[in-house]
Amino acid sequence: MANPHVELTADIATSAAEGATATTARSILDPQSSILQYVLHLADNDLILAQRLGEWVGKGPVLEEDIASTNVGLDLLGQARLWLAYAGEIDGRSEDQLAYFRESVDFRNLLIVEQPNDDYADTIARQYLFDQWHVLLLAELATSRDGRIASIAAKALTEVRYHVERSSGWVIRLGDGTELSHRRMQAAIDALWMYTGEMFTPGADERELIDAGIAADVEALHGPWLADLRSVFAEATLSVPDDAWMQGTRGRGGKQGVHTEHLSHLLAEMQALPRTYPGAVW
Amino acid sequence: MNEDRTTRADETASTIWKALAGVADPEIPVVSIVELGIVRDVRCSDDECVVTLTPTYSGCPAMRVIESDVRSALARVTDRPLRVVTALTPPWSSDAVAPEARRKLAAAGIAPPGDASRIQFHREAVRCPNCGSTRTGEIARFGSTACKAQYRCRDCLEPFDYFKPH
Repeated sequence: MANPHVELTADIATSAAEGATATTARSILDPQSSILQYVLHLADNDLILAQRLGEWVGKGPVLEEDIASTNVGLDLLGQARLWLAYAGEIDGRSEDQLAYFRESVDFRNLLIVEQPNDDYADTIARQYLFDQWHVLLLAELATSRDGRIASIAAKALTEVRYHVERSSGWVIRLGDGTELSHRRMQAAIDALWMYTGEMFTPGADERELIDAGIAADVEALHGPWLADLRSVFAEATLSVPDDAWMQGTRGRGGKQGVHTEHLSHLLAEMQALPRTYPGAVW
Repeated sequence: MNEDRTTRADETASTIWKALAGVADPEIPVVSIVELGIVRDVRCSDDECVVTLTPTYSGCPAMRVIESDVRSALARVTDRPLRVVTALTPPWSSDAVAPEARRKLAAAGIAPPGDASRIQFHREAVRCPNCGSTRTGEIARFGSTACKAQYRCRDCLEPFDYFKPH
């Protein structure tokens, strides 16, 4: 396989020889750098979930929810673009190249966001479990030592606070609704629970970023997340599942590019147009 | 420093602010982008003018249209090269919506935003822009654009848009 980064590496060597510091060259140009992977992780969570929510366009259970799901998706898509623009500045590719011309092994999103929409309880469960994590994550990242990460996170946080209000409201309404809605809501939470462990498991390269004050310490978010979740579930009359097998927590998960089969199907649809008509514009 | 030049640059910036005050928001055309707090800064030098915009929402689809409207409005008042840049920090808040714009929103049937520092905004009383009653309730968290929610009035029974506190 041709390595598109070979020339970059040569450039680093040249600029280092010319007096530029090697550390600067690495953090700016090394395409494998941990910060790039981390920013892609943040971008891909938003991008993939936005695509999933977009699948509800025209098919929402009621008009208001059709609009709500896709508006949340639109916010996430906007956030994904901000992260991808930053990632692109680090590794030299454009937003569109990163979104449309990477393969599933290159995506760094959490496994939970690529799970299918299924029925509306599944969609809401996925959204709430993610939103409740996302809002805590962004609050931490808003004080990141990386100024760019901090400014994007602060912007996204204002939007995601609204998302979690809505999704927690639906968890309560469906959980504490009819016998049928309660049963479906609980089943959806139970089915997705095995994807929640990954949210609190840092990747191998993430540790150095956490120590440097750049990335959020996701392990430390678990307690607050569970506390928030317990209070919502109590109001929703839902039970918190027991922790059992957690998918993607042993160094083989979304952050390492090891995805469930659902991601490739999603990407096939999302990437079809730009791959069929490269450079197409409206 | 050449004072004449500085003065000329300031005059240009002031002309530009006036022109921007005439650029309507593409989705809520009763208010201008300046009144909404989308224009952060205007700076002119001899060589160029830089206009700094901030998005209301990250995914707001109107941003591209706003940028192109800004370019065409400014092309009519200055021949200096124009650069439009986007700033995220501090994040835009509906608290930046000018008082005059709030009156215009209400007159157009859109309830103006409440205090954004109150996060659980849907529990506050929203005044119906049609009859003034505060016996209103949320229909849906999202409305016709990213920045609005749908409400209804229990007195005059009219549905209306509420500009979300954000």
